Amino acid sequence: MARTVDLYERQRRLAWVLIVPAVLVVLLVIGFPLGQVVVYSFMKYKLDGVTPASFVGLDNYAFVFSDPDWWRAVWNTLVFSFFSVTLETILGLAVALVANAPFKGRTLFRIALLVPWAIPTVVSSQIWKWMFNDVYGVVNLLLTNFHLIPEKIAWLATPETALPVIIAVDVWKTTPFMALLILAGLQMIPGDMYEAGAIDGATGIRKFFFLTLPFIMPTLLVALIFRTLDALRVFDIFYIMVGGAGDMATMATYNRLQLIDFLDAGVGSATSVIILLFIMIFVVLYTRFSKTSFQ
Amino acid sequence: MTTKDQDSKSIALKVGFWLLVAAILVFNLFPAIYALVSSFRPSQELFSTQIVPRSLTFDHYKAVFADARFVQSLLNSLIIAGSTVLIALGLGSLCAYALGRLPFRFKGAVLYLVLTMTMFPQIAVLSGLFVMLKGLGLFNTRPGLVLTYLIFTMPFTVWVMTTYFKSLPKELEEAAYVDGASPLTVFWEVLLPLTVPGLISTGLLAFIGAWNEFLFALTFTVTDNMKTVPVVISQFSGTSSYEQPWGSIMAASMVVTIPLIILVMYFQNRIVAGLTAGAVKG
Repeated sequence: MARTVDLYERQRRLAWVLIVPAVLVVLLVIGFPLGQVVVYSFMKYKLDGVTPASFVGLDNYAFVFSDPDWWRAVWNTLVFSFFSVTLETILGLAVALVANAPFKGRTLFRIALLVPWAIPTVVSSQIWKWMFNDVYGVVNLLLTNFHLIPEKIAWLATPETALPVIIAVDVWKTTPFMALLILAGLQMIPGDMYEAGAIDGATGIRKFFFLTLPFIMPTLLVALIFRTLDALRVFDIFYIMVGGAGDMATMATYNRLQLIDFLDAGVGSATSVIILLFIMIFVVLYTRFSKTSFQ
Repeated sequence: MTTKDQDSKSIALKVGFWLLVAAILVFNLFPAIYALVSSFRPSQELFSTQIVPRSLTFDHYKAVFADARFVQSLLNSLIIAGSTVLIALGLGSLCAYALGRLPFRFKGAVLYLVLTMTMFPQIAVLSGLFVMLKGLGLFNTRPGLVLTYLIFTMPFTVWVMTTYFKSLPKELEEAAYVDGASPLTVFWEVLLPLTVPGLISTGLLAFIGAWNEFLFALTFTVTDNMKTVPVVISQFSGTSSYEQPWGSIMAASMVVTIPLIILVMYFQNRIVAGLTAGAVKG
């Protein structure tokens, strides 16, 4: 008996010893800078090394909220997130169903799915930027050769055409990832569920809507929210393909622009706090969903 | 319905299915193949309106490997991503053992915090990190980048490894404790060897994350000798400022991508398992 208590004590003590280093690292790289960001957001703080820092209350927040570029960035981010996540979920579901069907070469098909995901975002952005190059890009060449468009389009020059292209890049890159997550959910469906369905006379489409879809709904919802969080902080694709400034900005590129290009840590930090609060809402949603469906 | 009708119906279904498979594969692979082909096309051909290549060349590959900036960035990325993974796995798996296997108070709270951290938006600490790195003298250094990369690799590693430790059967541990082993021995000699597959897939995913990271690398490095591969690829510029050297960009892109694709293909089962543990079992 004494030995069990002793072991329990030792395990408990070891637990703390093992957790403390990881916690310290996380505090150093997340906790401390985050505290700084909150403090800076209430300060006039230029990184030029000349302007003296001073407390300015909510001025930085007022500046961000009255900046039309910020609202344009929010709009771009929301449009991008909504369309890319919706398309990725629908297409990902379709691809997952195909990858789950028994056919020759299925393993190779699944491996091929991983290719776009394995390519670094910076690289895929460059590849697509080249494909959509206005003069030599393969897209314009094909479209003009087949007389689908009268003349070449400068796809990445205006938000109206650039946004759909950027969404396409993200859909290309992330649909396979979604498909694999959904596929993992599909593979957990017990076979006898379909047998029972078949006895009840369920056919293809009915089977999908009344058996498959409800079963993978939790997986789907979690993947959906997970992806939304990712999409809301989009930076790389916009920065590389269209520069990420002015009417081509996202929340994240706007934030970096304030901090690095305008050397304004005050406004940059206020933007960070706003983005963080925005994303926190989704994090709460995410943990809620995952708790209810996976415990 | 006659059997003949059924036959033609099932043939139509089959054809439709294979067309779907083909369409997915074309959309999926075309950009990568197009980039690969572009990387082998002579410049004068790239900048013509011709779609099908007439001749192929290694010139772009020779050019990128002759570029000291690119070679240095490959080395930087390897060092930075490698160190990040080692630190994250080392500290992370110890912490995960405690979270998955040992009893202590506030375990639920710590786990919840870790899960929240895995979704932390990096942009939110950009200005804080910028000032902190300058203060520590780590701005524009490799250790500085490694430190910031722990933001996204540590919580991920802890979370995924915790699910691995939790999934191991309890009997193994109990037998060792009966033999008088200490908790640390149990971790080191009994449990850790069993989590090697988990360590590999987690480490690989963390490596890919660090290798591909762009925002921090772009913001916290300024001189060519400290830049990582994604930054250099994003800043490739030609001799004339108005025309980008697409051949070299595509060749450099292939150099950094093909090893990743091979790794991912080789470990595909484990990667999918790691991803689902990280994203779905939340």
